[in-house]
Amino acid sequence: MTAPLLEVRDLRVEIPLEKGVLNAVRGVSFEVARGETLCIVGESGCGKSLTSLAVMGLLPKRARRTAAALRFDRQEMAGLPERKMARLRGDRMAMIFQEPMTSLNPAYTIGDQLEEVFLAHRGEGRRAARARAADLLERVGITGAERRMRQYPHQLSGGLRQRVMIAMALMCGPDLIIADEPTTALDVTIQAQILHLLIELKREIGLALVLITHDLGVVARIADRVAVMYAGEIVETGTAAEIFAEPHHPYTRGLLACVPAPGVTKPGEPLGTIPGIVPSLIGEMAECGFRERCPLALAECARPVPLHELGPRRACRCVLAAEAAA
Amino acid sequence: MLGFLVRRLALAVLVAFTVSAVSFVLLRASGDVAVAIAGESATEADIAAIRHQYGLDRPLAIQYFDWLGNALSGDLGRSIFFNTPVSDLISERLPVTVAVGALALLFAVTLSVPLGVAAALRPNSPIDHLAMWLAVLGQAMPSFWFALLLVLVLGVWWRLLPISGTGTFAHYIMPAIALGYYATPAIMRLTRAGMIEVLQSDYIRTARAKGLGTGRILFKHALRNAAIPVVALAAVQFGFMLSGSIVIESIFALPGVGHLAWISLQRSDFTVVQGIVLMLAVIYICLAVVADLFNAWLDPRIRVS
Repeated sequence: MTAPLLEVRDLRVEIPLEKGVLNAVRGVSFEVARGETLCIVGESGCGKSLTSLAVMGLLPKRARRTAAALRFDRQEMAGLPERKMARLRGDRMAMIFQEPMTSLNPAYTIGDQLEEVFLAHRGEGRRAARARAADLLERVGITGAERRMRQYPHQLSGGLRQRVMIAMALMCGPDLIIADEPTTALDVTIQAQILHLLIELKREIGLALVLITHDLGVVARIADRVAVMYAGEIVETGTAAEIFAEPHHPYTRGLLACVPAPGVTKPGEPLGTIPGIVPSLIGEMAECGFRERCPLALAECARPVPLHELGPRRACRCVLAAEAAA
Repeated sequence: MLGFLVRRLALAVLVAFTVSAVSFVLLRASGDVAVAIAGESATEADIAAIRHQYGLDRPLAIQYFDWLGNALSGDLGRSIFFNTPVSDLISERLPVTVAVGALALLFAVTLSVPLGVAAALRPNSPIDHLAMWLAVLGQAMPSFWFALLLVLVLGVWWRLLPISGTGTFAHYIMPAIALGYYATPAIMRLTRAGMIEVLQSDYIRTARAKGLGTGRILFKHALRNAAIPVVALAAVQFGFMLSGSIVIESIFALPGVGHLAWISLQRSDFTVVQGIVLMLAVIYICLAVVADLFNAWLDPRIRVS
């Protein structure tokens, strides 16, 4: 098997607080092949956004990152000086954020902000940058690119701004795009359009995509593979088909039960919920993070649970799954 | 943009009229000008004669509009003490005041903006603490005392700079530092606060995600947005430097407008005081308009709707 495009081994993010150290990401490992789409799913505060920021090297200053391996196209990124990291960012790996309303600089035109990425990484001059920006704006579905490039962010709607952010991520033709909840802040109809655009782009360009989301509808439409995160850990991974057809972890099952299924969920039937709250992430975890909320909890769950391999690239962090596999 | 400019200028004219009316009434209410002119030994008849001669026996509103009409055509009346046109007295002295003020502003901005940026980059670092101490010191020391310290150290002990007069450029350095230092704490603190806020914003994270260099992120993406409130503050401080230089001009024996205002107040030379107040009001208003235009250039949300 060829080396994956992105390889993450035992990634940890710690944030020192007054009350103790917040272990926001606890030993996350995954890999993404060229052209593959990995969806990282989980509820708010499970560490999925910090995972994506850690990969990009964009964590807030006070957060500490460690990893056994953090390789992009065979190049180790852990310990890479900021200047070399900056050379990768925006060029070979790009990022799209959740908040299109505040992610563009209000003081500069759309054109300026698009061209800037290209100028920073390619020595091809402003004319080439402008042509590229206009092309990509048309490509992401913005008409009248020339006029739009002279406009400022406040003159554009949220949906348009997110399209601009996508065009910006594509400026240097990256191998990997990390999208952190790219549709969450948008209206439902715009969400569908943006998602459709991402699906088209990855098919056409052969992009690898890491999509952070809490929306299983999004996952069903776009994911090749899925990693379910809970309390700073990956609790289940597999292909999208495996996760939807045969979820092993009680948390994954709970998540799926929260979503209405066409033809299965009857009108008026209550949707599932997962009772309880996420455990505190301060300090080390002495038991399965989901134990308090788990309907199937056993005595064995009172100690840390390792990730059980259930097959090639299929794993689950649950004692029940381990028994079933044995 | 044109609409913005027209609205802004119309407002400025309204403010100028209001200030002129209020200051006119206040000055007249502060004492009987005729008595002051006539002197202590004057009789009732003398005072009445003076009152009639200067038109002070007419209703206040008439006097105001008379004065305003003349002022609009550039005639601010004649000084009671010097017996020369007030406009001449002011225009002779204005260059000195503006030169000191502009140098003071330059000093304040070149000291406080880089310091504010450096402090914002490393909160609670030695450079941040140094900036904090400079700010506390600037806020706590009265400018006359700081000016005297400068004179003592730079002028008398080390003999680096001349201590009074306006002969050469060197003469302006100490007054500019003394005047400008007072404005540095506020500008520095505002720059620091603005930079800290902007550096945490989403678009700075975007700039980093684009792989831009640190210099570009700081000076292109962050400082421009952080500078917007600083511009308005600097304009107010500049107005303050132009009008508040009375003490500094006295200490360094600079023949400026502040000095003229001081001696005219002592002599109850009300036409001169009235003229200076009007001029300063107009300068303040112009500065506010310039600051607004500068901000509109910095921030497209103001200029493009």
